[in-house]
Amino acid sequence: MSADSVRDTASGSPPAPATAGSSRWYDAEAGPVVRPYAMTRGRTSSASRHRLDLIAIVVPEPAADDPGRDQTLSPEHVEIVRLCNDLPQSIAELASGLDLPVGVVRVLVGDLVEDELVHVTRPVPPAELPDVSILREVINGLRAL
Amino acid sequence: MAFGRSSRRKRPVEPVTLKILVAGGFGVGKTTMVGAVSEIRPLRTEERLSEAGRPVDDIAGVEGKSTTTVAMDFGRITLREDLVLYLFGTPGQDRFWFLWDELAQGALGAVVLADTRRLEDCFAAVDYFERRAIPFTVAVNLFEGAEQFPTETVRAALDLDPEVPVLLCDARDRTSVRDVLVAVVEHAMVRADGLREPATT
Repeated sequence: MSADSVRDTASGSPPAPATAGSSRWYDAEAGPVVRPYAMTRGRTSSASRHRLDLIAIVVPEPAADDPGRDQTLSPEHVEIVRLCNDLPQSIAELASGLDLPVGVVRVLVGDLVEDELVHVTRPVPPAELPDVSILREVINGLRAL
Repeated sequence: MAFGRSSRRKRPVEPVTLKILVAGGFGVGKTTMVGAVSEIRPLRTEERLSEAGRPVDDIAGVEGKSTTTVAMDFGRITLREDLVLYLFGTPGQDRFWFLWDELAQGALGAVVLADTRRLEDCFAAVDYFERRAIPFTVAVNLFEGAEQFPTETVRAALDLDPEVPVLLCDARDRTSVRDVLVAVVEHAMVRADGLREPATT
């Protein structure tokens, strides 16, 4: 694995083991049993055209009623659909709820979009300003807190 | 059944989502501020640096103990069923600046949280938002025991444009933080108005 050796050279040396005198990591020290990017089969970007924003909301399609029946979906895919069936939520919330890196969630949600099990709301495009009427509603909403 | 669910319950509401960033130096109270107004316990998401820095690289197998993770705190305020505001605390350390670009994309505005005992800690954040023309408000977190300065002194020390709001706040206090957020959105609104209707002279 060439990338591995490059990285190690750059950082000087591999990280020291947690316990002095031991060359192994145990339990939590060893990290998750399944490495996060194993869940995406090594992919770090999804096929979908748009990079999913942190606050893009994932909304299940009616066809996603019982994602467990789809044998091609991983347990993480199914869990994302289940969480969003309870309450559509953002990419950031899903990452936190599943304790997965945002990058992994993006790939998994990209798969679900591809399979037409969910769709994703697009937040206000960066180049455009939110409508003034929306800003006014935000102010009113905040004042009512 | 393709339409089984819609007959059982109503279609989920698809809210409009907006985000406001909370920036400032390390330990200035960003997490506290997010927690003061968030309806959820501030959540935390981790971005792997090897991934964030090299978005096209396949890092499967090399994301072991040597990768650094950086945590972002965020909170949620549901203003209405169809209008949700997210707050993101930006990573405090300078070496994670590249993550800011993603956070800043599409942000409605930002709070720069300042501590008058270490005002220089927020220079970088002020500079960042000025350069990218993101509307921001400076909120001076009133730490107990810290000497209080008039907002005009803070404004001068930070060399802020006259239209940038400067407020005193208590990051632990919900009402105080709410007022800061209102100031951010009002500032963004003035800015949006100005851009839409260029002054005709």
